[in-house]
Amino acid sequence: MQNQIDSIKDDVLARIAAAGDPRALDEVRVEALGKKGAITGLMKQLGGLSPEERRETGAALNLLKDEVAAAIDARKALLERAALDARLAAERIDVTLPPRPEAAGSVHPVSQVTDEVIAIFCEMGFAVAEGPDIEDDWYNFGALNIPEEHPARQDHDTFYLPAEEGERRPVLRTHTSPVQIRHMQASTPPLRIIAPGRTYRSDSDVTHTPMFHQVEGLVIDETTHLGHLKGCLRDFVEAFFQVDNVPMRFRPSYFPFTAPSMEVDIGCSFKGGELKIGEGDDWLEILGSGMVHPNVLRAGGIDPDRYQGFAFGMGIDRIAMLKYGIPDLRAFFDADLRWLRHYGFRALDLPTLYGGLAR
Amino acid sequence: MKITLDWLKRHLDTTASLEEICAALNRIGLEVEGVEDRGAALASFTVAYVVKAEQHPNADKLRVCIVDTGKEEVQVVCGAPNARTGMKGVFAPAGTHVPGTGIDLKESEIRGVASRGMLCSEREMGLSDEHDGIIDLPEDTPVGASFAAIAGLDDPVIEIGVTPDRGDCFGVRGIARDLAAAGLGTLKPLDTTPVPGSFESPIKLSLDFDAENKSACSLFIGRYFRGLKNGPSPAWMQRKLIAVGLRPISALVDVTNWLTMDIGRPAHIYDAGKVTGDTIGARLGRPGDRFEGLNGKEYEADPEMTVIYDGSGMLGFGGLLGGESTGADENTTDGFIEIALFDPIRTAATGRKLSLVTDARQRFERGVDEPFAPDGAEVATKLILELCGGEVSYPVVAGEVPTERQTMTVRPSRVESLGGIAIPRERAEAILADLGFKAERTGEDAWTVTVPSWRHDMACEADVIEEVLRIHGFDEIAMVSLPRENAVARPVLSPRQRRVRWARRALAARGMNEAVTYSFVSADHARLFGGGAAALTLENPISADMDVMRPSGLPSLLAAASRNQARGFAELALFEIGPVYLGTGPDDQRMAVAGIRAGLANGRNWTARPRPVDAYDAKADAMAALDAIGAPVENLQTTAYAPEWFHPGRSGVLRLGPKALAVFGELHPAVTRAMDADGPLVGFEILLEDVPEPKAKTVARPKLELSPYQPVRRDFAFVLEADVAAEKVLRAVKGADRQLITEISLFDVYQGERLGEGKKSLAVSITIQPVARTMTDEEIEALAAKVVAAVEKHTGGVLRA
Repeated sequence: MQNQIDSIKDDVLARIAAAGDPRALDEVRVEALGKKGAITGLMKQLGGLSPEERRETGAALNLLKDEVAAAIDARKALLERAALDARLAAERIDVTLPPRPEAAGSVHPVSQVTDEVIAIFCEMGFAVAEGPDIEDDWYNFGALNIPEEHPARQDHDTFYLPAEEGERRPVLRTHTSPVQIRHMQASTPPLRIIAPGRTYRSDSDVTHTPMFHQVEGLVIDETTHLGHLKGCLRDFVEAFFQVDNVPMRFRPSYFPFTAPSMEVDIGCSFKGGELKIGEGDDWLEILGSGMVHPNVLRAGGIDPDRYQGFAFGMGIDRIAMLKYGIPDLRAFFDADLRWLRHYGFRALDLPTLYGGLAR
Repeated sequence: MKITLDWLKRHLDTTASLEEICAALNRIGLEVEGVEDRGAALASFTVAYVVKAEQHPNADKLRVCIVDTGKEEVQVVCGAPNARTGMKGVFAPAGTHVPGTGIDLKESEIRGVASRGMLCSEREMGLSDEHDGIIDLPEDTPVGASFAAIAGLDDPVIEIGVTPDRGDCFGVRGIARDLAAAGLGTLKPLDTTPVPGSFESPIKLSLDFDAENKSACSLFIGRYFRGLKNGPSPAWMQRKLIAVGLRPISALVDVTNWLTMDIGRPAHIYDAGKVTGDTIGARLGRPGDRFEGLNGKEYEADPEMTVIYDGSGMLGFGGLLGGESTGADENTTDGFIEIALFDPIRTAATGRKLSLVTDARQRFERGVDEPFAPDGAEVATKLILELCGGEVSYPVVAGEVPTERQTMTVRPSRVESLGGIAIPRERAEAILADLGFKAERTGEDAWTVTVPSWRHDMACEADVIEEVLRIHGFDEIAMVSLPRENAVARPVLSPRQRRVRWARRALAARGMNEAVTYSFVSADHARLFGGGAAALTLENPISADMDVMRPSGLPSLLAAASRNQARGFAELALFEIGPVYLGTGPDDQRMAVAGIRAGLANGRNWTARPRPVDAYDAKADAMAALDAIGAPVENLQTTAYAPEWFHPGRSGVLRLGPKALAVFGELHPAVTRAMDADGPLVGFEILLEDVPEPKAKTVARPKLELSPYQPVRRDFAFVLEADVAAEKVLRAVKGADRQLITEISLFDVYQGERLGEGKKSLAVSITIQPVARTMTDEEIEALAAKVVAAVEKHTGGVLRA
């Protein structure tokens, strides 16, 4: 009997190892462990043995049964794995194919830079005010201390719309300064606002477009002086251009709506055709500013004997060009897809002071 | 305004260098726009003596010259016919950049003879076109001297951007005065000693204005000259006039130009021999007044303009332009000079009407030093006699010399409270005195300030304070950060400003490119979109295709699409958030959120069949923008028929109740074609003001209730009349059980033979979410039956067999 067991064992294990697919393996199983299988057959013979032999042989047979079953399971797992490998090998794709395209949108530099400017001035406590593009002559000129025959008015290259009966011609605002007046009329000091927006002058060449963007700043309280104006602009310039200790030049100038008035230059270099802010011996004019003229305060309904403050106006397109190296102003408004994609910003790149204004 | 360094030094006694002067000019608000140092470019050209000039051994037309440069003797090969032994010329050594030819000189061998430099012609030096020979200098010219210095070309030209308030700096003397105040030297005295006359002027003056218009010409001073010799003005004067951009004409004319540039005092000289009658007068224009200006152009006067006349009629515009008929020329022996005061506003208005900018206008419209007029006449008289000889009459004067001076009260304390810097009162008073102001202490905190007659820009106390600060130096003012109001900055954007930003980022995140385009479009384009009203048409557009304030953002985007398509970019998704104009009032401006798409929806790619963009793309964009700005998108209704610039069958309006929030769809093919764009193009537009702002509510979210029970999905296909709106079916399904049906998706639309003419089938999948317990099959069936019944009741649709 033991000899039989040994020979069946060798035979069955050999056939298990030789089974090439699950079906062949199942045949081996049936032939060994099935109702008519070899091992089952030996089990049936146990009844004819003496109790002692039965115990001994039974144990040997059970061992054999387990061993064969384990061998079948192992072989089965092996075969299944091989079959899976074969299937997966057949399912190979070309991973170098490009994925489904998704258009990348973009945010215009004017919008992005406006958001940057707002982030900085928000930190300094400025709110954001707005006003209409089509302005009343008075808001654009008269209230800003620019009377009818003032030479400065001629410099503005104003766009006009037809007048209504008995009225003065509406103008496209030539600067964001009328928002100063509207805001002063609607509020009481202390005031701190910036007013970004579209402005218009009938001028068109390499560096001028008939529409451009400005941001106006206005601070009115009882104590703000020229030193604050300088400090505020320094704080802005350093935050915006992300450069510490930018050299700045404050030149006396003239604007009808401020006294004293000054223009502000920042130090830069143009080495190798590349503009670098904050180093070098050249100067770039970036804004006009000054202490608000008493007549302007009066026009805004504010008592100039009690209140004072400063105002400034800066070109958004211009500082965008300087910061991001954009060469041509005219291209800003052409909506050329190539330009929008190249100079535009990612939708989720929201400028923040904690994360940095720009990548 | 251009000045030269030498010219400046005629008024300013200074040892300061050009750089120091330019830095100071910038510091005090006289912006240096450019410095042209012609001497620097010619620095290596020196005077040389030709020791020997001999025939070149190998070339007929060349000469070999030994040149004494003052430092050494140099051999030069020269091709000029006038090169000769003993002459003095201009030498440039090897290494010199020759401005006239743009070549850098090198040592060379010319036909076998070494040449180590060049003797130059005027053309080679960039001075003129003269190239017949080399420059032949006078015998007494010092060898080795800088040629630029000899020729008077070493006088740097400084261009200053004078601000419109500073009429006084439209003369060299005014600039010198500012520099002196800033510590750059001393202002030299100006000699205004009266020049005695020797006879009565044969020409009389007349000012013919009524009381109302007296200011048009309030003063006219004249002097008659005879025995003049009007040749060219002297070289020193010509050089300076040329340097600042004026063409020398003749001594008499040059004197008037000199006066204008030097002391900002315009003057005019008449050839007295050409004057008709015995009177020169000023009056307002009359019909028929016309003349030929000194610039060769014909002009006509109107009754607002100040006219100078004689017995023959109009001679010129007062303060603006003289006439050809009485102009001085080389034959002039008798002259009559005009020094007058013309009204700034009238002069400016006249100049504007005529598009005429002259040096005289620039000064009169900004305001000249009025009480100085008689002194100016003396300066002119003295110069004319010096340059042209002859004798002068006693002055003739019409009108009054103004004597009144502007005074104002200024608080010295304002220097610090406005300027942010403490400047000692004595220092402030010294600055004002240097500028010609008189500041008398008349109280504890009060100056009575007398403003100098040449300053017309002192309208208020702050203007005087500015003078003190400006000259003391803005650089001296310490920078002070604005005091913080809150330790943590408060949010500053208004709800409207936030919505603009949300919409922008949402649309960009959908793959659209943000554009910023002009607020004006062409009238034709505006009309296609319901605009083009006369009230919104610019009176002075920059060009005909930018003349109307846009009624919508779509025409701008369509024009942009057309431009991009023309460049070969067919797939585009553009949006803009910008103003549109329904009228001219401040409340008529709207913020439009508009977008367009064209070409293939996802471009061409291997994963899917190409699909052109369609109205549903635009609808999705509109809904995404509405969602971003906080509109309740799930409650919106869609109705067909957007405005007429859309395809009538492929456009719609998104509404909240009766309120239209957005339009979307395919653009009308006729509109697309009219704008030179290739369709189909789809787009949407939202006017921000039309979308109600969500009511202020808590930022806390409603509590999330999560059901522990499995959701159940059921599909239905309904057969409907083809014209039933899908939205009606969806609303009916939703209405069947608002609590249990949590999701509805429409996943198939079918129209075809199997359904029959005029029918369609819509397949809808619903998600039923039990809340209290698992639902039984019977309950689910009952709900399904409710859905079918609701659809049938509201739409007539039946379950597809």
